[in-house]
Amino acid sequence: MSSSSPPVGAASAAISASEKVDGFTRKSVRKAQRQKRSQGSSQFRSQGSQAELHPLPQLKDATSNEQQELFCQKLQQCCILFDFMDSVSDLKSKEIKRATLNELVEYVSTNRGVIVESAYSDIVKMISANIFRTLPPSDNPDFDPEEDEPTLEASWPHIQLVYEFFLRFLESPDFQPSIAKRYIDQKFVQQLLELFDSEDPRERDFLKTVLHRIYGKFLGLRAFIRKQINNIFLRFIYETEHFNGVAELLEILGSIINGFALPLKAEHKQFLMKVLIPMHTAKGLALFHAQLAYCVVQFLEKDTTLTEPVIRGLLKFWPKTCSQKEVMFLGEIEEILDVIEPTQFKKIEEPLFKQISKCVSSSHFQVAERALYFWNNEYILSLIEENIDKILPIMFGSLYKISKEHWNPTIVALVYNVLKTLMEMNGKLFDDLTGSYKAERQREKKKELEREELWKKLEELKLKKALEKQNSAYNMHSILSNTSDE
Amino acid sequence: MAGAAGPGTGPVAAGGDGDDSLYPIAVLIDELRNEDVQLRLNSIKKLSTIALALGVERTRTELLPFLTDTIYDEDEVLLALAEQLGNFTGLVGGPDFAHCLLPPLESLATVEETVVRDKAVESLRQISQEHTPIALEAHFVPLVKRLASGDWFTSRTSACGLFSVCYPRASNAVKAEIRQHFRSLCSDDTPMVRRAAASKLGEFAKVLELDSVKSEIVPLFTNLASDEQDSVRLLAVEACVSIAQLLSQEDLEALVMPTLRQAAEDKSWRVRYMVADKFSELQKAVGPKITLNDLIPAFQNLLKDCEAEVRAAAAHKVKELCENLPPEGRETIIMNQILPFIKELVSDTNQHVKSALASVIMGLSTILGKENTIEHLLPLFLAQLKDECPEVRLNIISNLDCVNEVIGIRQLSQSLLPAIVELAEDAKWRVRLAIIEYMPLLAGQLGVQFFDEKLNSLCMAWLVDHVYAIREAATNNLMKLVKKFGTEWAQNTIVPKVLVMASDPNYLHRMTTLFCINALSEACGQEITTKQMLPIVLKMAGDQVANVRFNVAKSLQKIGPILDTDALQEEVKPILQKLGQDEDVDVKYFAQEALSAVAQRLRKLDFPAKDSEEPSAPGADKNHFLRPRGPGEDTGKAHTERAARVVSEEAVEAARFRGTDAAKGPAYQLHVNTRDTLAQLEIAELVHFSQSRD
Repeated sequence: MSSSSPPVGAASAAISASEKVDGFTRKSVRKAQRQKRSQGSSQFRSQGSQAELHPLPQLKDATSNEQQELFCQKLQQCCILFDFMDSVSDLKSKEIKRATLNELVEYVSTNRGVIVESAYSDIVKMISANIFRTLPPSDNPDFDPEEDEPTLEASWPHIQLVYEFFLRFLESPDFQPSIAKRYIDQKFVQQLLELFDSEDPRERDFLKTVLHRIYGKFLGLRAFIRKQINNIFLRFIYETEHFNGVAELLEILGSIINGFALPLKAEHKQFLMKVLIPMHTAKGLALFHAQLAYCVVQFLEKDTTLTEPVIRGLLKFWPKTCSQKEVMFLGEIEEILDVIEPTQFKKIEEPLFKQISKCVSSSHFQVAERALYFWNNEYILSLIEENIDKILPIMFGSLYKISKEHWNPTIVALVYNVLKTLMEMNGKLFDDLTGSYKAERQREKKKELEREELWKKLEELKLKKALEKQNSAYNMHSILSNTSDE
Repeated sequence: MAGAAGPGTGPVAAGGDGDDSLYPIAVLIDELRNEDVQLRLNSIKKLSTIALALGVERTRTELLPFLTDTIYDEDEVLLALAEQLGNFTGLVGGPDFAHCLLPPLESLATVEETVVRDKAVESLRQISQEHTPIALEAHFVPLVKRLASGDWFTSRTSACGLFSVCYPRASNAVKAEIRQHFRSLCSDDTPMVRRAAASKLGEFAKVLELDSVKSEIVPLFTNLASDEQDSVRLLAVEACVSIAQLLSQEDLEALVMPTLRQAAEDKSWRVRYMVADKFSELQKAVGPKITLNDLIPAFQNLLKDCEAEVRAAAAHKVKELCENLPPEGRETIIMNQILPFIKELVSDTNQHVKSALASVIMGLSTILGKENTIEHLLPLFLAQLKDECPEVRLNIISNLDCVNEVIGIRQLSQSLLPAIVELAEDAKWRVRLAIIEYMPLLAGQLGVQFFDEKLNSLCMAWLVDHVYAIREAATNNLMKLVKKFGTEWAQNTIVPKVLVMASDPNYLHRMTTLFCINALSEACGQEITTKQMLPIVLKMAGDQVANVRFNVAKSLQKIGPILDTDALQEEVKPILQKLGQDEDVDVKYFAQEALSAVAQRLRKLDFPAKDSEEPSAPGADKNHFLRPRGPGEDTGKAHTERAARVVSEEAVEAARFRGTDAAKGPAYQLHVNTRDTLAQLEIAELVHFSQSRD
């Protein structure tokens, strides 16, 4: 599906030439600039020339009869867009629009009874005209959200007020979802969701609140919104690995999950197992891990029977080379263990502690340290103590080994403490394991040798068969040639 | 078929049965279940060996069911499995049993991880070809249908890739069903599936009957091209190329062009980008008439698109577009309809657009001929040679040969020189590196006189650049220049300057002399090497810096083959022997290496060398540098970025050891190579013997 991601493709085509010259050009140039960059919308620039705005009278000066008419005129006036990349053009008109938008925000939030049925269409039209746009290609194709400054939206002076207005409109006591649903429909929500890819964090923040309100007020759109978020996430995980608004969407989901009724629907469980858990594989996990872990824990608090599949899922996707992610995984496991039920713990303790035992002996000290911190957690400690007969044999080998071998003195000290704690939990088992440690290692080595032996034999067999085959082919050949001779 | 397969499979199956006691399937399955992912992965990669050990019968009845049932593993393991199964037909008993492989592959085609799924689909496509038409309808088509109506999007996505392989060989009734399934996937409500369908639309259209293309594919294409998601719409553009190839001009105009026109003006830049990117293919597919009426105006719009990405993609296509225009009237079209837009792009605000243009613009000169080039293109070339962005200038310089053919390079040389000098001194070393690489080309086109006057000093200055990569490239550059201009030129202009650096206070510069000698000696020949270079090298053996000394040893080894026996015996050997006693281990090592090479060379020249005197350097030292190969040697190869999560510590470790060994001791590699060859010889002998017995 590589062809389905032109933003990446476009970018790579554009930079490939520069990379031949200097792979660092873009970064160094960017770092040198040190200024906030901004970009306009792709949609705007294809629009052509615009009309000049003329100021309309103030709403508060109009009589109540005229007010409604004037309100709609102002909404229509605000549908006209301006080019903010060109900072000198249309200055007067831009100022008029800004003032008008301010007035509109003020108008809907302080007056009652102004959001009448006839106004909905114009209101949604004005909002759509301003915020819905094709997001431009990213200035920086290898944008690293952790390192780089985001590109800000150039038309923010207007767009911010439009979002402000949108929120006041949704939150107004006069707002009636039953009327609004004619305009705020699936297509509208779909476009709104696409905007979450905006690089501008201010915009995503507004979007988050807006979508949350819409989810709260439009019951008919809820399933649709969840499904679309689902699709965005799946695309993010398996196709593009790029979407700026993952953290914001997860935050909304966190509160949605919180409100799920029990028992959980199959759809929700599937979302957890097939979307949220695989999301842990993403390259940029650090950007949204807190929100993701919150969602996962929310699910487990709702339904404890999900603990086992969730932990198995995390173990399956456990990072193999990225220590930073490994530390995050360990953090999430601790959060899960904090709320785990002892019966669930028993189901998962073996594979889980095998992984923890690997982490403890990681040569990256932060990983080892994070895993060893589990022993500072009272609740986890009590779980371990309850199941010490199972856990100690799993942990013992690596703890014993690193207590002798780890390069980092802090880790060695921590391991000693952990070993001491474990010894106090079951002294006899501890002594037994110490005694049999050497024999155990030897047994492992022997097994290893046996494996090698097996494969060697298999290889020989393969060779032999290849020969047999060749022979028989040769025989066939000679028989055939003999018969043809006769 | 069965008759032919009989004698071949007979003995193998018998052999498999005979080894039952040795290889119970449980042991093999244990290997596939090993707790360590790395070991599991290794086992899966040798699945064919396991299957061979079991024989075809038990592979079918025991191994495959096991694999089908236990598909829950790390994606890396699944990926290896999906790949293995694609080549398993022989191991299950040939084409008659190919369908046995479908169940495990079907499960693999439904997993979430794209890489695994794609590999499973690839293997399924491969196996589909091995099915007989009957087996195809009995086993393969039902599988495609099951996937196409799966609950979760992954199986439907995979199904999209399988239609085109089974359609041509299916009966008419089944064909209708297949088309029906494809249609419904094109309007699936998950965008992932629609994307998969859109990306296979062209491929599927190609195997369909023309009537079905018109009546069914075209409406699907139109729908996908107006999908609400731009990621789907842009894939329809790709399909457009294949579909357009199948239709007549009238049908094209009526059925496809409205959609294509709309795509070229799509509100999403991604779709417009795709149109620009596929422009040459589209142009060829729709033919010259539609190109003139529709595509040229669309291209003009793309060249002045509001997004730089789109402009750059279009700029890349300028040359191909012009080349593919019909010869008559081509010049007029280019001059009137394309060139004005190109002129605008030369001063574009975006450097990627300019550099995209610079990479192709020179190619226009061959199409437009001498006069037009001088009058219209030359000013553009000159403007781009002065561009602020080095990449633009480089792209122009790298394509000089096109212009050279048409108008000769002299026209440009006045502007060329400042551009080259500026790039040669650019602050970024990669820019300097790039221009060095074009030096031999430039030298060839500008001639030796111009070169000596203007560029020679630059080439020498690079030798003392503070970046190693530049010094190294400069050395290679000298070698290429000598090949071009001859040894006499080298002796007069290059060699003296190089040799002077041997007494430079900076040891890096002194080493550069050695590197130059390594590179130049062969091109310069025996006389210059012996008379001018060798004395300098030998003198440097007394350098106080160890790095210089061991490079002396390396250089002597390198130039040895060029020297005659006298020089080797009388001059080189004593110095190497002295270095062999050096206090520095590395110097010692490389001196001994060189000494044995020289000794060998002398023996070859049939010189009565006193072998007993030779220290048996490499033999004695071999063990010191020989380190065991780590296990998991070949697992370092990552399949894809994502699926390569499994990298065992051993593999990393092994790679580290290999690195040091390879850098330090060629003896190590030599040894391994010999062993491999010996093993191969043994096998060859066995084979040979067994054959000749009859």
